[in-house]
Amino acid sequence: MNASRQWLEAFLRRRLDSRDLAARLAMLGAPVDAIEPVGADLRTFVVGLVTAVRQHPDADKLRLTTVDDGSGTLFSVVCGAANVTAGRKYPFARLGTVMPDGMTIEKRKLRGEPSEGMLCSARELGLGEDHDGLLTLDTDAAPGTPLIDVLDVGDERLVIDVTPNRADLLGHKGVARELAASFGVPFRLPEIPGEVALDLPTPTRFGDEAPVGGIRLAIDDRDGCGRFLAAVIRGVSVGASPEWLRRRLVSAGVRSINNVVDATNYIMLELNQPMHAYDAATLRGPSLIARSSRPGERLVTLDGVDRVVPDGTLVIADAERVIGIAGVMGGRDTEVTERTTDIMLECAWFSPVRVRRARRALDLATDAAQRFERGTDRWGAVDAFRRCLRLLVTVAGGALDGSSADCFPVPSHPPRIFLRPARVAQVLGIELAWQEIEKHLVAIGATVLSKPGDGRIAVDVPGWRPDLTAEIDLIEEVARVHGYDRFPTELRASRPGLRVDDAAWAAAGRLRLALAAHGLSEVITLPMVARAGSDAPRVLNPLSADHGLLRDTLLPSLVHEVEANWAMHTANIRLFEVGTGFAAGKHGALPTEALRVAFAVTGDRAPAHWTDGGKPAAWDRWDASGLFERLVDLAHPTAKVHVEGDRWIARLADGSVVGSCGACPADAPPWAAPLFGGEVTVGLDLRQRASFTPLPVFPSIARDLALLLDLSQASAGITGLLAERGRRHGLESVAVIDEYRGKGLPSGKRSITVRLVFRSADRTLTDSEVEQALGRLRTSLERELDVTVRST
Amino acid sequence: MLVSDPCGAPVTAPSDPESLDALRQRLAAVASLELAALDAEEIAVLGRKQGELTHLLKAMATLPLDEKKQRGAALNALKLEFDAAVAARRTELKHGAEARDAREVDLTMPGRATWTGTRHPVTVVMDEIVDIFRELGFVVALGPDIENEERNFGALNFPPDHPALDMHDTLYVDTAGADLPAGERLLLRTHTSPVQVRVMRAGPPPYRVVIPGLAYRNDPFDASHAPAFTQMEGLAVDEGISFVDLKATLSHFARRFFQSDAQVRFRPSYFPFTEPSAEMDVSCALCGGSGCAACKGSGWMEILGCGMVHENVLSNCGVDPERYTGFAFGMGPHRIAMLRYGLADIRLLYGGDMRFLAQFGALGQ
Ligand SMILES: [Zn+2]
Repeated sequence: MNASRQWLEAFLRRRLDSRDLAARLAMLGAPVDAIEPVGADLRTFVVGLVTAVRQHPDADKLRLTTVDDGSGTLFSVVCGAANVTAGRKYPFARLGTVMPDGMTIEKRKLRGEPSEGMLCSARELGLGEDHDGLLTLDTDAAPGTPLIDVLDVGDERLVIDVTPNRADLLGHKGVARELAASFGVPFRLPEIPGEVALDLPTPTRFGDEAPVGGIRLAIDDRDGCGRFLAAVIRGVSVGASPEWLRRRLVSAGVRSINNVVDATNYIMLELNQPMHAYDAATLRGPSLIARSSRPGERLVTLDGVDRVVPDGTLVIADAERVIGIAGVMGGRDTEVTERTTDIMLECAWFSPVRVRRARRALDLATDAAQRFERGTDRWGAVDAFRRCLRLLVTVAGGALDGSSADCFPVPSHPPRIFLRPARVAQVLGIELAWQEIEKHLVAIGATVLSKPGDGRIAVDVPGWRPDLTAEIDLIEEVARVHGYDRFPTELRASRPGLRVDDAAWAAAGRLRLALAAHGLSEVITLPMVARAGSDAPRVLNPLSADHGLLRDTLLPSLVHEVEANWAMHTANIRLFEVGTGFAAGKHGALPTEALRVAFAVTGDRAPAHWTDGGKPAAWDRWDASGLFERLVDLAHPTAKVHVEGDRWIARLADGSVVGSCGACPADAPPWAAPLFGGEVTVGLDLRQRASFTPLPVFPSIARDLALLLDLSQASAGITGLLAERGRRHGLESVAVIDEYRGKGLPSGKRSITVRLVFRSADRTLTDSEVEQALGRLRTSLERELDVTVRST
Repeated sequence: MLVSDPCGAPVTAPSDPESLDALRQRLAAVASLELAALDAEEIAVLGRKQGELTHLLKAMATLPLDEKKQRGAALNALKLEFDAAVAARRTELKHGAEARDAREVDLTMPGRATWTGTRHPVTVVMDEIVDIFRELGFVVALGPDIENEERNFGALNFPPDHPALDMHDTLYVDTAGADLPAGERLLLRTHTSPVQVRVMRAGPPPYRVVIPGLAYRNDPFDASHAPAFTQMEGLAVDEGISFVDLKATLSHFARRFFQSDAQVRFRPSYFPFTEPSAEMDVSCALCGGSGCAACKGSGWMEILGCGMVHENVLSNCGVDPERYTGFAFGMGPHRIAMLRYGLADIRLLYGGDMRFLAQFGALGQ
């Protein structure tokens, strides 16, 4: 909503400061997003004093003037206006000034005489149509004073952010009402300049149908149109609006069209009641009907677009065709033009839901639709209608043809709500005297009917507040007008809830800390992607195909970010993400979500250090698989990691895969180090807690075994067998500590060294016991796995 | 004079004053011995088997009592002095060696670093927020990103065909083939508020939860919008919770999270799921309230929306609104991170640029 400060001043009958208004409106729930000076394009103009006037030697119609612009330099300006007089002040455009029509004032010669600026008319400044001569400034202001300070165009436009519940704040009257409450002063409607005295009886009340000025008015859709007022004015002259009206509209950011349209727009901006004027001669029937559209109906709207009207849309029609989308936009065929002499003025209450549906179906956002969607005042419509008629006759002439009609098939009153002061205290946490509650409610225009004898106050809410339908709505109004800043901020005792942190939150936190501790950096990438697995659910209405799927896995997003880093010539990249993976439901099931964690690493394993000659080792597969195993431990401790092909796969006992890790294919530049990545689904059903084992009392004995095995033989099988067979001999741990390939070994063989640690819980093991155990294990290896033990 | 030691081996007689004097001279010389000589001297004098002092002390066993006392005191004092002198010399030599090493090694050469991992700035912001509310008795609740319209809108008091829906440009999920009730559509939640509904429907009050998570809107991905962004929602419902508790709790949060002297203001606002509703602003940290580009000249930063849980929402979730009241709030960690770190383009927060992420190392740990 664009509000003009001057218009509000006219309501409140006092000078206002825009910044103060913005502060007050913010605290009333209508923040001001911007304060825009109206006529800001006149900022660069100044007051110029013409000190001398001479006739141009070579042109009858031109004068040579000397202009004082307050800068100390006098300028020669050639001027074509007849009214230029020495000693008078006029708007002056210095060299470089950009005129409202976009032209820049430059130094030039007119018939051989130099001109260093321009003296301006009202029309040249965009201030009026008057082109009789220069705009004479009747001011004491010194030459050089900004023009905006001298002309009374210094209005400001307040761009108010109106919340969707507040219909009334889309009109200046509603904003003025709020400000009046804030200032504690009364407010009333501004006068219409030059208002024509008009005998205007109350419109005659009808049901569904009425005659008005020879035209049939009818409601054929009561659900959509609750009230339908109309009048016929004959003999209007359509033309430009008076200056004051144009300025009001411009201040509120609305373009002036002609006096008839401007009058209806003025009422809409003032009273939040959109109106529509038809060229009465174009109405067939002649009639004006509010009804539902029928299949296949079309309309060329005012914007010139030929539209198919969706079936069942609330429309305005004459006897033969649709002539407007009710509450949204009128039709071109019945538009008021310069040739129009008779107009039919319509004022209605349309159903917010029906207008919203039509607006959305036609994708046609208009000022009128915005207002009807929020709900206009169906009881205040009569006053708005009468004011609009007065304004129309004042600015466009003409006379009413008969009396106006008011179709109101189901008369009603604004709702009555009962308010309990005890409930006010319960919700707001402070005790307010009922007199104070009453005062606040009266300030918003409500009528407070009864004192709280029975513990309740009966409140009739004003018609312009369709958002007030229940007790709680009134409680909010009481708090709002009382002022949120007047409530205390004391912390009072409270009971904690009985829930515990969601397991996924706790798990995500642990994973983030663990991966950050490993030197990786967290990213949060968009869950919507362009490409994903066949399981990924589809977004039905993405703005961009880049965001058309909900990702099933996180790793591709990380690889994408790695590639973006490479593009920036960053070689050392360590990323992880904890996020949701989505899967479409199968066989009628709904989509599912799972917490996942993924990492991608490439480049140097550690920052370069001089001890490695500037060539630090790069992340390799063992770093990746080590990190992966750590991640599986944290995220899914019951899973086991297996080698499958060239990848590490984490599987649960039932065989289901919960993670995988390996080298990542990527669009890598030639200089890039290998990229490794892994991803694990986070298991949340397991509450892992560390358990304590008593510390060993007796010393351990370690022995290393060098084993000769086939190149293709898996070390995991060997360590697995050793662990299994060694248990009964007191083998505490077994680990591969070295591998050797190459010279000195039979071909097709490699050697690994394993370290075995033996310990007994109840005595110190002797060397001979350990030697005996080693002997048994050696036999097992040789017999069961065909592994040769080279040395111990 | 020959005496027997306890083992019966002949030993020389207890030394005369001359041998004691000689030992005292050797004691004085300890302070200038080098390491090898010091080791040899220690064995020669104090050694357990052949040490001269050891020998003299052993020999004392044969002396008459009064003589034993007198000589014993002198010998023991000498032994203690010898011990101390050897230890002192050894420490001195060790330090000297270290100092020599240090002169040869350039200790100003850079140390061996490790990579510093980082948590995402939005995570850091979320964790800080959660920590503050945790102190006030809140716990973390989560819910799925894919929701139904009832929990995202209906239960939260969004009337059908209401302009309030325009604030939530909704993304819908393709559920072709899924077993959904007729007319029901699944969507990507437009706010984290459906989790409020889930929490309330899971059991009776009191509730005190914060709800971090992603919310989705059909917005373009540009400098100030993203189709998915984080939200942090809060819900407190119990008997006797009022607007004063809302103001107090959130003011406390604001002063803890921003600065202890931050100004906080609450303005009326509108959300379908709260009434009364409010917007909380905090005085702009950059200009201190005088107005700057960051706060669009207002001196205030919009931080969160809040309000008393609408009684329709309580009813829709099976909570008696006449008995229980409560407040809810919601804020945007992405937006707060942008304010805090002065980011002009939200897309930085969705990328993986190491040059950006590395800047949050100290904060992340
Ligand atoms: Zn600021």
